[in-house]
Amino acid sequence: MLRKITVCLLGLVFLTGASLGLTLNGAGATFPFPIYSKWIYEYNKTTGIQINYQSIGSGGGIKQFTAGTVDFGASDAALTNDQIAKAGGDALHIPTVMGAVAISYNLPGVSELHLDSDTLAGIFLGKIKKWNDEAITSLNPGVNLPDKSILVAHRSDGSGTTSIFSTYLAKVSSAWASKVGAGTALSWPAGVGGKGNEGVTGVIKVNEGAIGYIELSYAMTNKLPVVTMKNRAGKFVKPSIASTSAAAAGAIRKMPSDFRADITNAAGADSYPISGMTWILAHKQQKDAEKGKALVEFLRWSLTTGQQYAEPLLYAPLPENLRARVMDAVKSINY
Amino acid sequence: MPLNPSITDQMQKTRDAWFRTVTFLFALSIPLLLLLLVVILVGQALPSINIFGAGFIFSSSWDPVRETFGALPYIYGTLVSSLIALIIAVPLGLGSALYLAEVSRSKIKEYLAVMIELLAAIPSIIYGLWGIFVLGPLFGLSMLSGGVILAIMILPTIAAISREVFRSVPNIFKESAMALGATRWETIKLAVFGPARSGILGAIILGLGRALGETMAVTMVIGNRPEISASIFAPAYTLASVIANEFAEASSDVYLSALVELGIILLLITMVVNGLARLLIWKTVGKNNIF
Repeated sequence: MLRKITVCLLGLVFLTGASLGLTLNGAGATFPFPIYSKWIYEYNKTTGIQINYQSIGSGGGIKQFTAGTVDFGASDAALTNDQIAKAGGDALHIPTVMGAVAISYNLPGVSELHLDSDTLAGIFLGKIKKWNDEAITSLNPGVNLPDKSILVAHRSDGSGTTSIFSTYLAKVSSAWASKVGAGTALSWPAGVGGKGNEGVTGVIKVNEGAIGYIELSYAMTNKLPVVTMKNRAGKFVKPSIASTSAAAAGAIRKMPSDFRADITNAAGADSYPISGMTWILAHKQQKDAEKGKALVEFLRWSLTTGQQYAEPLLYAPLPENLRARVMDAVKSINY
Repeated sequence: MPLNPSITDQMQKTRDAWFRTVTFLFALSIPLLLLLLVVILVGQALPSINIFGAGFIFSSSWDPVRETFGALPYIYGTLVSSLIALIIAVPLGLGSALYLAEVSRSKIKEYLAVMIELLAAIPSIIYGLWGIFVLGPLFGLSMLSGGVILAIMILPTIAAISREVFRSVPNIFKESAMALGATRWETIKLAVFGPARSGILGAIILGLGRALGETMAVTMVIGNRPEISASIFAPAYTLASVIANEFAEASSDVYLSALVELGIILLLITMVVNGLARLLIWKTVGKNNIF
């Protein structure tokens, strides 16, 4: 009896193993999760290859990638040299899509708001406390700004969105760089924290006078007004897919060969300054030939066919000339 | 004479011994689990303990970029928000339990009792969402909002348990009090609250335990600001919330171990609170209380 059961169980294990085929495991950033799951679904339909992606956060993704428990990692923040060394020294950054971080606010009657980098830093440093502060009114002639306190809303959980936002502020404001710095979690000088994009969106929605940074898709789906930011070229630009792509195009000349560039405050008249890339992390030398081949094929597919799914989900696809360079990096993966 | 005559005395004895050993091992698994938990946590927190030492508990700086960490604002936030919750929920909970168990004679109390139990079953994220849209505009994202949401969450625990405690007070106590000419309030005071004291304390402790460890609902309304402010209208932060918020993205070893050390502190706080409560119960009612 017992032997029969054992045989049956073993048979079951083999059967399921065979029907599942090859499975790739990945873990990391939450920001690109919607597009990655779309890719995984579409790719599975055409190839039958199973990919599990767990959106546990960039930090978690880096940890799992370093520990070698996943076939690929994903992160919104580039690895430091130290982290690359820890992960075996051959970690490649493959940019997949880009996104914009929108500055949203809640001021009834104010549908257009212009800010520059100094003013934005001043607000988030807690130095500019009122909406009718001269720094804001001088950028918005003709707009009736109320004598109301500013409530700064930021992320309470560690996040790649915070990393992009603080990288930008640290780049453009020396006060921010020395006082706060850049990272996935910060010691915030002002405001309240909301958990996740949805938490910050909630804080902005219910508090008149609130301002906060969220991913563009959250601002759009919640129909929140967004700040028009002054970019490096001195032009005021709204966050959008086009202006995010423009930022990547503007940053491409200075793009290092390992793609570990941040595209905040990028050159170009149409560039939105608070934009970021997200990467898939892969080892250049794949240990498992079969899995390595599958990963390379998936990456090639996502950089070509897959890019069409980006815009409907409010991500900016990689610009054409950058894509060609990324493809070369994907081809360099050995298996 | 054993129930089954085919079992000899000797067999009975070995079986009893086996039974004792097995149940003892089961019982042992609980302290062992706790020990294992503490060992693992302390091991994970070692880098932070080595760097910051005792200063970790007294420092107010929490800066992941510069890697300086301190727990004081989180300890303060956890204790004060739970205290606010108790101040609101204890009178409400005991009052409603008293009404349901002793005062009311109408049918409505059965429905009320069911609703209280229903409150306990609502997932905490629902409370949090409600809190964002109702408490947020009312009190701002603040310590007070956090305390109020906790009060609502622990209210059913306190009410449901103390109702059971009140109901289990033998009727003879109340009848005796009445017979001696006590008014209804005197009867409740002497014959219900008196013997039920330890049970009531137990209900409050269970509520407090939930309040100290609650994560999701609190983080959605408390403002998540690691700062000690005299005003309860200012944003604050709790131990459980910061761990839940920052653990997933904590990439450096020191950062991670500092978060684990916060976990140890939370564990210690709940253990100390429970220990103190246990002492209080022993002190006030003696070890041989009926409840």
